[in-house]
Amino acid sequence: MTVQQTINAPPDNLLRRYGILAAVIIFVAAMFLILITMDNSLTFSPLWTALAFPALAISPFLILRLNVSRQIKAFLILIMLLILMPVLGVHDSFYFTLATQIGIFAAMALGLNIVVGFAGLLDLGYVAFFAVGAYLWGIFTSQTDNYIHAIGLTAPAWMFYVFLFLAVIVAAFAGILLGLPVLRLRGDYLAIVTLGFGEMIRILFKNLDHPVNITNGTLGLDGLASPPLPPFIGSITDWLVTTFKLEVGNPQVLAYQLFFYLLVLAICGAAILVAGRLDDSPIGRAWTAIREDETAALAMGVPLVRMKLLAFAMGASFAGAMGVVFAAKFKSLTPDAFDFNQSIFILAIVIVGGMGSIRGVLLGAIVVSLLNLQILQSLSSLINNLKNQNAVIPVINFAFKDWPNQLAVENYQRFVFGILLIVIVLFRPAGILPASRRKTELEDRDDVPPDLTEIPPDMSLTESGGDGHAA
Amino acid sequence: MTFSTRAANWTWTYILRPFLQILLFVLGSAALMSVIAVIVSLIFRTPASRGATLEIDLFEQLLKQLPDTLIDGITIGFLYAVIALGYTMVYGVLKFINFAHSEIFMVGGVIGFEVMIRLRDGSLLTTFPPVLLVILMIVAAMAFSGTLAVVIERFAYRPLRNAPRLVPLISAIGISLFLQDAVRALEGLGRNQFNLAYPTDSVPFLTQRLPIGPTVTISVTAIIIVISAIIMVLGLNYFVNATKIGKGIRAVSQDQATASLMGIDVNQMIAITFLVGGALGGAAGVLFGLKAGNISPFSGFIPGLKAFTAAVLGGIGNITGALLGGILLGLIEAFFSSLLPFFPSFGTSYSDIFAFMILILILIFRPTGLLGQRVDEKV
Amino acid sequence: MKIVKLFTVVIVLTLLAQLHGATPTRAQGTVIKIASHSPLSGGQSQPGNAIKNGVDLAIQQLSKPIKDLGFTVELAPFDDQADPKVGPVNAQKIVSDKAIVAVVGHYNSGVARPSSVIYNDNNLVMVSPANTAVDITDRGFPTVNRVCGRDDAQGAAGADYAANTLKIKSVYVINDKTVYGAGVAKFFVQSITAAGVKVLGNEGTEEKSNFDAVITPILSLKPDMVYFSGIYDQGALFFKQARAKGVTAQFMGPDGLDAPDTAQIGGDAVVGLVYTTTAAPAALSPDSKQFRDDYKAKFGSDAPAYGPEAYVSTAIVLKAIEKVIKDNGGKFPDRKAISDAVRATKDFKSILGTITFDKNGDPQVATYYVLKVKSADPKNWTGNEPVASSKANSPLTPATGAAASATMAATMAATAGGAAPTNAPAPATMAPTMAATMGATTTPATKAATMPATMAPTMAATMAPTMAAK
Repeated sequence: MTVQQTINAPPDNLLRRYGILAAVIIFVAAMFLILITMDNSLTFSPLWTALAFPALAISPFLILRLNVSRQIKAFLILIMLLILMPVLGVHDSFYFTLATQIGIFAAMALGLNIVVGFAGLLDLGYVAFFAVGAYLWGIFTSQTDNYIHAIGLTAPAWMFYVFLFLAVIVAAFAGILLGLPVLRLRGDYLAIVTLGFGEMIRILFKNLDHPVNITNGTLGLDGLASPPLPPFIGSITDWLVTTFKLEVGNPQVLAYQLFFYLLVLAICGAAILVAGRLDDSPIGRAWTAIREDETAALAMGVPLVRMKLLAFAMGASFAGAMGVVFAAKFKSLTPDAFDFNQSIFILAIVIVGGMGSIRGVLLGAIVVSLLNLQILQSLSSLINNLKNQNAVIPVINFAFKDWPNQLAVENYQRFVFGILLIVIVLFRPAGILPASRRKTELEDRDDVPPDLTEIPPDMSLTESGGDGHAA
Repeated sequence: MTFSTRAANWTWTYILRPFLQILLFVLGSAALMSVIAVIVSLIFRTPASRGATLEIDLFEQLLKQLPDTLIDGITIGFLYAVIALGYTMVYGVLKFINFAHSEIFMVGGVIGFEVMIRLRDGSLLTTFPPVLLVILMIVAAMAFSGTLAVVIERFAYRPLRNAPRLVPLISAIGISLFLQDAVRALEGLGRNQFNLAYPTDSVPFLTQRLPIGPTVTISVTAIIIVISAIIMVLGLNYFVNATKIGKGIRAVSQDQATASLMGIDVNQMIAITFLVGGALGGAAGVLFGLKAGNISPFSGFIPGLKAFTAAVLGGIGNITGALLGGILLGLIEAFFSSLLPFFPSFGTSYSDIFAFMILILILIFRPTGLLGQRVDEKV
Repeated sequence: MKIVKLFTVVIVLTLLAQLHGATPTRAQGTVIKIASHSPLSGGQSQPGNAIKNGVDLAIQQLSKPIKDLGFTVELAPFDDQADPKVGPVNAQKIVSDKAIVAVVGHYNSGVARPSSVIYNDNNLVMVSPANTAVDITDRGFPTVNRVCGRDDAQGAAGADYAANTLKIKSVYVINDKTVYGAGVAKFFVQSITAAGVKVLGNEGTEEKSNFDAVITPILSLKPDMVYFSGIYDQGALFFKQARAKGVTAQFMGPDGLDAPDTAQIGGDAVVGLVYTTTAAPAALSPDSKQFRDDYKAKFGSDAPAYGPEAYVSTAIVLKAIEKVIKDNGGKFPDRKAISDAVRATKDFKSILGTITFDKNGDPQVATYYVLKVKSADPKNWTGNEPVASSKANSPLTPATGAAASATMAATMAATAGGAAPTNAPAPATMAPTMAATMGATTTPATKAATMPATMAPTMAATMAPTMAAK
């Protein structure tokens, strides 16, 4: 509310406006400085990293809320993403990995958002498309023997970009394949079929070592090819290393990290663009119509079949592209990386961030993946440091050493993650940054339970024991 | 109407008729699956036709395996059905998939273990009448899991009742993670491990197998599972269709606003639904623990997923559907897992693919499940 | 409300500041950390915790020499969630902490593969207690080592015992569809087929608790042996249900079953089960008994599978750190130097036998013990009877290694006062396609084997020095 007011307020107070801008810039700079000067071996450094990096990562959203011109906002965000983050990454490559991982999840969440958020089709097997992309790169470039190699089909590393494109098409095709049988299904019937589809893809990849060995089954594929580095990346890292006299073990490794960071950033950018344009287009409005009322949409002439298939295809293509990036980055694949929990994780990002809202989904990706990958881990490192140093909590005189081994904090990150998920949705039921359309909807109907009108009167809980005798 | 005819009527409506229906489902599904299996086994009778090297006549093999397969399928099918009832009831009133149900089920199994192990530690286990023991375990698990479900509903779902439909799904997932690790922590503290093995070896009654044919035996646990499941389904049928509260629940599931205008306490009805669904899940947890012999904080996931599938297969929101879906899914699974080893190009591990394929096929032709009705809804 | 919030924040900050002040400060650069990296949450957290605990115990017991050099050694536990997407992120975090000089992990090979690339890029040594998949070391990374045996060696060791000692005619193999289970099963089936045993079925199942449908075909096929390739929580349950349904076959499995929980879960059904493991049975090695006692005293439960392996991994790392510090004159040890020192480990005496790493980081000779479960009581797990042992050379270890292993077997036999050992002949009969087969002659376990101290070395086996044409 207050933010809305700030944005809509007339530009009366220049001092205040630029004061806030300056405050945000100082904040970002401070977080950046904390991170770049951090000595990782200090006892409390995990705490400061756990606070500063997430703060830095969500600062683009602060910038977006500033009351300044679009150019300034864009400029600031670009500085953040193209200068501060890479510098931080060169300083400590952990941040590169983290940022890349967030990017991978963000692009997938944007794709799922098209299916779930825009078109309102619940998809519980979304990770299947990610797997399709990853395995596409895997089976053609892995050093593990498989049938594809035996018949002489291997892809050279430079084909990476071709495969990126190919994966978009193959995943979109897989999306249509999933979409076709489920066109008549609604709601939770759709959920179970998509869930089944996701599991089928995983089980298939897990078993395709027989009858013909394509995916090497359970054992997975190893030694996948990395794409060739574009020359400019190499020169940038060389320049960085020589200018700042960085202690880098292997400049090639650093160059690859920079490369994947920029690649993921570019794909995310493209995904944001595509999703944003789609949302504002007639297609996006058709999706909204389907989401809000399928029957009415059909009556208004929305081509249901085409629109639903398009949603599945578009959503899937984002995941397919990211699958190739994921496979090329980690160079190894096992089918268990693509289980049901992963689909749920992406769905959690979409819902926590705010269904249908692109900004919300991006913020959700940052919050949920940082919680899972960094914040909780850092806090457990902190407590472990304290335990190692025989620290005692003052006032209550509790020694960290006395904490029972069975409850060791590092074992319970998922536990805390679960609690935080509940807390977030309880406090922000529509997501952290809800889509504006949905937000108005939600505010309009505060006392009427949702979906009431959708339940036809003949729907009954049970007919057990046959008709006629009930009651 | 005299008392005796009323009693006869009552017995027919709430016991005999539903019982016959269950029997029909079981026999029908079993017959259907057997016929299909016989046809398949005749087509692929010779090893060469299956690409197999082992000299096995598939038809003969099937005949040897058939009784066991049917018993296994029906037993696990009844278990799935009882768990699926929990999903289906909650779905009926709230139109939402309670993903935490698999953990409520798991907690039931853990409570059953606790009852059993405490009796053993008090050296009462060997002297305790086995039937009473099973009843005690089930009742304790039902009470605990039911209460737990109500508490979860109160704190994690009720505040979200006006939120978009998918949001409670996330708090359900949060609850799942929470419950898994909470049980792991508690059992880890108390017993230093979380693989909880039911001490069934100390109760000979539970490990017995009764002969029901020249070569076929059936385990006592299977009989316990089937009988308890039937009792629970009959009880639920009576509760929903013949009691005042059941009427209230049905009213709420049809139309919350109108129900509340009629003087029905909607929140109370929803809480009762969770209580009953959770209790059924808890009971299923004990039955599952008795059958598998072991329960761990993570053993709820797979049965939960399968039961959810069964609920959808039968038509979610429909109690009879959940029963039919569970039995059918159990049989499909048992037949595929036990016959696929003789098709070496696939193997048992492909059975889930075929199971999901059948599910999708059924849903293509019946988009609202086998016994479901058409429902419009949105995400 | 706002005041309450503000108040809470102030209290938390004050406490933190207090803690900040109360924490004893340490001289910079004197803390050496060893990371343990395994699944600590989720369904695989039990073996994952065993790894963490093994590292913990080793650091507490064995870091004194390093302490005397002026450094403190600390454990930095990481949870990879058994997820190949989480492992590499943690790995990156690990390499960015300069105090961490070594990693002991992982549990899942699927996580170890991408993570080890990152360790290797940063010269950080990884010693794996549990990754038995052959390609973990076959990639030839200078930083990646393991103390556990390889799938090919373990599969062959089990197959050899089954075929030549138990003289089974038919076997039904089930694996748990993990990289570990499927890997061992693959090589077990290869070896046992080569030995002329009929494989009636080779199936994988992801089922965790209800094995009915998997057991039905076994019941009617009546194999002599059922081999379950997987971890104890699933394996023991499978055996229990199979026995209850009337499967009378001999049960067997790999080292994933070496945990007291096997007896806890399986009960009477697992009595008579045989399994292969590289961890010396307590009965044969006083050190092993000591380790198991210490583990129980510290963590309250018996050491499950991979606890001993993690302990030995850490011991090797600590030894290497000590050497590096001594060599460089008391300075903070360099990662590369530690990695080299670990790879140079030679004749390291441990409860996993004497470990010397080959060029790829495999133990040159892995000793496999075949143990038989004697009691359904988990407390008596350490009393399992060793019925055979064999030595397997890593693929890179040249034929001279075979002689060495044979001599070792001879020494063992001599000290045990057992029968004369039979040496392994040159593995001429091996199928060339196999990555590893054991050419071995076997004498059946004698009655004397019931007395652990006089265990007869029943096998002395060599493995082909073939790096398959990969």
